[in-house]
Amino acid sequence: MKQRQGKPFTGILLVCMLLVLSACGGGNSSGGSGGEGTVTGGAGEAESGIIAKIKERGKLVAGVKYDTKLFGLKDPGTGVVEGFDVDMAKALAKKLIGDETKLELKEVTSKTRMPMLNNGEIDLIIATMTITEDRKKEVDFSDVYFKAGQSLLVKKGSPIRSIDDVTADTKVLGVKGATSIKNIEEKVDGLRVQQYENYQEAFTALRAGQGEVLTTDNAILFGMSQQDPNYEVVGGTFTDEPYGIAVKKGETGLVEAVNELLKEMKDSGEYAKQYEKWMGEAPPAE
Amino acid sequence: MIDFALLFDYSEEYMEGLRNTLYASLIALAGSFMLGTIVAVLRMTPVRPLRWLGRAYVEFFRNIPLLLVVYIFFLGLPALGIILSGFVSGTIGLTVYTSAYIAEAIRAGIMAVPAGQSEAARSSGLTYIQTMRHVVLPQAIKIVVPPISNQFLNLVKNSSILGVVSGFDLMYYADIVNSETYQTVNALFMAALLYLLLTIPLSYATRLLEKRLARTG
Repeated sequence: MKQRQGKPFTGILLVCMLLVLSACGGGNSSGGSGGEGTVTGGAGEAESGIIAKIKERGKLVAGVKYDTKLFGLKDPGTGVVEGFDVDMAKALAKKLIGDETKLELKEVTSKTRMPMLNNGEIDLIIATMTITEDRKKEVDFSDVYFKAGQSLLVKKGSPIRSIDDVTADTKVLGVKGATSIKNIEEKVDGLRVQQYENYQEAFTALRAGQGEVLTTDNAILFGMSQQDPNYEVVGGTFTDEPYGIAVKKGETGLVEAVNELLKEMKDSGEYAKQYEKWMGEAPPAE
Repeated sequence: MIDFALLFDYSEEYMEGLRNTLYASLIALAGSFMLGTIVAVLRMTPVRPLRWLGRAYVEFFRNIPLLLVVYIFFLGLPALGIILSGFVSGTIGLTVYTSAYIAEAIRAGIMAVPAGQSEAARSSGLTYIQTMRHVVLPQAIKIVVPPISNQFLNLVKNSSILGVVSGFDLMYYADIVNSETYQTVNALFMAALLYLLLTIPLSYATRLLEKRLARTG
């Protein structure tokens, strides 16, 4: 009797260990640390839970911005929301459900996106969201899907190719009150940035030849270079604000699926294609 | 809400702004007075094309917003390959804009000098220019001091236009202090005080001048 009791117990233990190992391999967020098979198994099911829910529902619900050029912008005429973030959501819908039209977009703002995710209104956030340590306590992030940060806009053919070419004598334009002014003045000793009321005025001054460089977040600069193709964004980013896709804390399965998709898209060249479609140039080298 | 500590915390910015506002005002003050006098004389010459030129100048610069006048120099001239900094284009814009008003004030002063004066001067053999310089203008100046001093006060206040074209003036720095500290009312109140520091002495000086001219006149 004793021997027969022992065998199934060893079996369960083995199964448990396997489950724990597989959970660990997959990013490890399951709370059950192996003690009882059912607990670990349950955590495993919860992980794929949201994916199962999405598949059962037949559509993915993504929170995107409706007011951000190049990432998520609603066309007031047609009502269609378009952008890099929206295309990302479509690709994800295709991966999870097999059809990129099985997608429902919901408008989020920087203020509403976290509460909406946590109360289950949206499955994930794809809304120019910078990965920060503070936010990591509230949500789980995918790998970086867009490298945002401060960059430089110059006239095509300008000798300025990166932040290293900016000296104290360079005429740099910016916007009053932006942190980007402080950033660049810290990087370049003795530089005095000409500051304007808003981006449109600063860009107008740049086009009039009042300055050589306009500096702010690259996403805004890409929008300007598309307005006037005589201008280009150079030198990559010199501050680091990586955008990530956020899911509810503990939904490791979905994070894995997103990361897998990102890797597939990068390997197949689909990512570069999509990046160039919206930003007007190839993504920076990894 | 009003805290003078801000003025000391950002004294470098405010002083730099005050200095540039003072420079721009002094340059525009002298420039607009000279230019305004020339235009006023043009408007009253017997030579018709010159009269038209003077009239066109006044009507053009007096009837469009100062901001647009400044943009002509800041954003318009670069199309012709002439790039002037925000400070320079702001000061030039301020000069030509104010000179249009000053020209009108001076013309009114000249017209207020009885016609018999210039007729007498011309018949004693003085040329038109000589008549203007020695007979009419000296009398006209006395009449025009009050309206011109008003224009000068306006000019100092209007110099805040430099802030829009990043001319590093008082308004420009007040905006920057505002956007860095979020103490909007406080930051702008300090700028208002510093503008008063410039305009009140100016106002006082012109009143003294008026009194002296009234006595000698």
